[in-house]
Amino acid sequence: MNNLKVLLNGIVKENPTFVLLLGMCPTLGTTSSAINGMSMGLATMAVLICSNFVISCIKSLVPDMVRIPSYIVVIASLVTILQMVMQAYVPDLYATLGLFIPLIVVNCIILGRAEAFAAKNGPVPSIFDGIGIGLGFTIALTLLGGVRELLGTGKLFNVTLYSEDYGMLLFVLAPGAFIALGYLIAIVNKLRKA
Amino acid sequence: MEYVLIFITAIFVNNVVFSQFLGICPFLGVSKKVETATGMGAAVAFVLTLATIVTYVIQKFVLDAFNLGYLQTIAFILVIAALVQLVEIILKKVSPALYQALGVFLPLITTNCCILGVAILVIQKDYDLLTGVVYAFSTALGFALALILFAGIREQLSLVKVPKGMEGMSIALVTAGLLAMAFMGFSGVDKGLAAAFGL
Amino acid sequence: MVIVLTVISVIAGGVLAYVNKITAGPIEQIKAETLNNALKSVLNAEQMPTVTATDTIDEWTIVYSTDNGTAVQAATDGFGGKLKVLVGFTADGAISGYSVLEHAETPGLGAKAGEWFQEGGKGCIVGKKPAEKELTVSKDGGDVDAITASTITSRAFLQAVNKAYKAYTGASIDGVGSATPQAAAEQKKCCGKCQGESGECKGDCQHDGTCKEGTCKGDGACRKEACGGEGSSEACARQANLND
Repeated sequence: MNNLKVLLNGIVKENPTFVLLLGMCPTLGTTSSAINGMSMGLATMAVLICSNFVISCIKSLVPDMVRIPSYIVVIASLVTILQMVMQAYVPDLYATLGLFIPLIVVNCIILGRAEAFAAKNGPVPSIFDGIGIGLGFTIALTLLGGVRELLGTGKLFNVTLYSEDYGMLLFVLAPGAFIALGYLIAIVNKLRKA
Repeated sequence: MEYVLIFITAIFVNNVVFSQFLGICPFLGVSKKVETATGMGAAVAFVLTLATIVTYVIQKFVLDAFNLGYLQTIAFILVIAALVQLVEIILKKVSPALYQALGVFLPLITTNCCILGVAILVIQKDYDLLTGVVYAFSTALGFALALILFAGIREQLSLVKVPKGMEGMSIALVTAGLLAMAFMGFSGVDKGLAAAFGL
Repeated sequence: MVIVLTVISVIAGGVLAYVNKITAGPIEQIKAETLNNALKSVLNAEQMPTVTATDTIDEWTIVYSTDNGTAVQAATDGFGGKLKVLVGFTADGAISGYSVLEHAETPGLGAKAGEWFQEGGKGCIVGKKPAEKELTVSKDGGDVDAITASTITSRAFLQAVNKAYKAYTGASIDGVGSATPQAAAEQKKCCGKCQGESGECKGDCQHDGTCKEGTCKGDGACRKEACGGEGSSEACARQANLND
């Protein structure tokens, strides 16, 4: 029950994108379509779950002074593993997400959760926190990607809903990322207050 | 001439914030005042140039030499973290004035993804050291330009009435979108310049 | 405290080395597979083509000879960065298919090049023979429709295809990049406006000194649209003289 609460907390109350405004680079950079956004979210989630678990396991072994460097080493190793695995088994996706895969290392969400949650809680709740925050991030990225894809190209998950000729190309391009996210945050704020 | 082209392209055409989406966190986080934005911009320019030199040397003489390419991410991020610490300590001792100006921003820089991003891009693009340094410095200038422009607008924005739901980050992001649109006007300039220089 | 950090780094390094070892094989395999798939699609082959010879002309241009035909990889500067294409040719020099291998064009605009020029696309180039007429967009007097709002990408793309064709003809005539003295001799043979370190004739001239069909002018240099395609430069020269 408690774990479920931790899970929901990450998706709704502390949604990393819409509420905490963390990890903005991949949020804007990889959401040109719903699928790309979702892939980036899932990749980050995989790293987050593993890093939360590992850090929560080793937290008592690491002296306070070298806490942050140790966490960074753990996170960077996990990201590199993900990078190699993606390169070997899903090369197309790896090519699309490109530079943003190694940059998961400096995603504030990962280090932030390591500090704020995993360093204070046991391995099992940490995993649930990872899943919750990861899902929150994935949902946000998929939503943003979906909105941009639909407005820009008339498609959603590559399914054509209306002709591309009526699409607002701007939303696929860089400025559209900022604008779409700005309005999504406004809508989420409104919904949260209601 | 090649360097001039890289310089202009990195600042305007492929602006690190508006077209590459790197360094968005500090871009949104420390852009409420022009003064702090300038400090952050200067700190990033300093660390980014330094970090590019060090990571380049590490890549060529350690990682490539011993066939350890897979340790790139981990090595680079540790080097950057250590470098930031080192810069902080040295600045404190050598130039307290500069430390006071940049000090608060330094710890934030480790997790600024444009540092790691540019360090990796320089290796990916296969630049030589000098080209890499020019590229890194221009990118940092582009970052500073974006940050200061944005801070200026946000200062003005805080004085006007904004629809309730759009207050705060929401209107800031839409503003950033408009700025990005303005920067899109530069696209293609690099090709024209290349033709003009006869490259 | 330093020990802990060292231990963690060593463990991390060890794990990474291990994963690297496992994934190195599949990564190589995927790379080869990607190339083979691209070759198969541009050559319209039914089975996986086997590469019999590769000829690297420069950093960006590679000629792949396979049991199903020849495909050439070529690159030019697009709107956003390098635009790298793989073009397949049939034995009579017609384009059998193409594939965009790498690009940094604007999404939604120039990035459409992957489909636009395919068979059934609006600017179809499949089946065209670059030998008869160099491929250019209709804006430049050619007969290929450019991608809407992306003339620069379209130009760059067609330029890359033309480049690929040149590498293809070069490869099938006498193997580009042959011995340098020979290449130097051939360079002299090129009429007028040719260049190229390996002796290939850029522009409209061929290795034997004649101009490509329909591209010659009285003074022996090759110019586009100068004469009706009677063929050799001598014939054209005569015609040009008559016209004068």
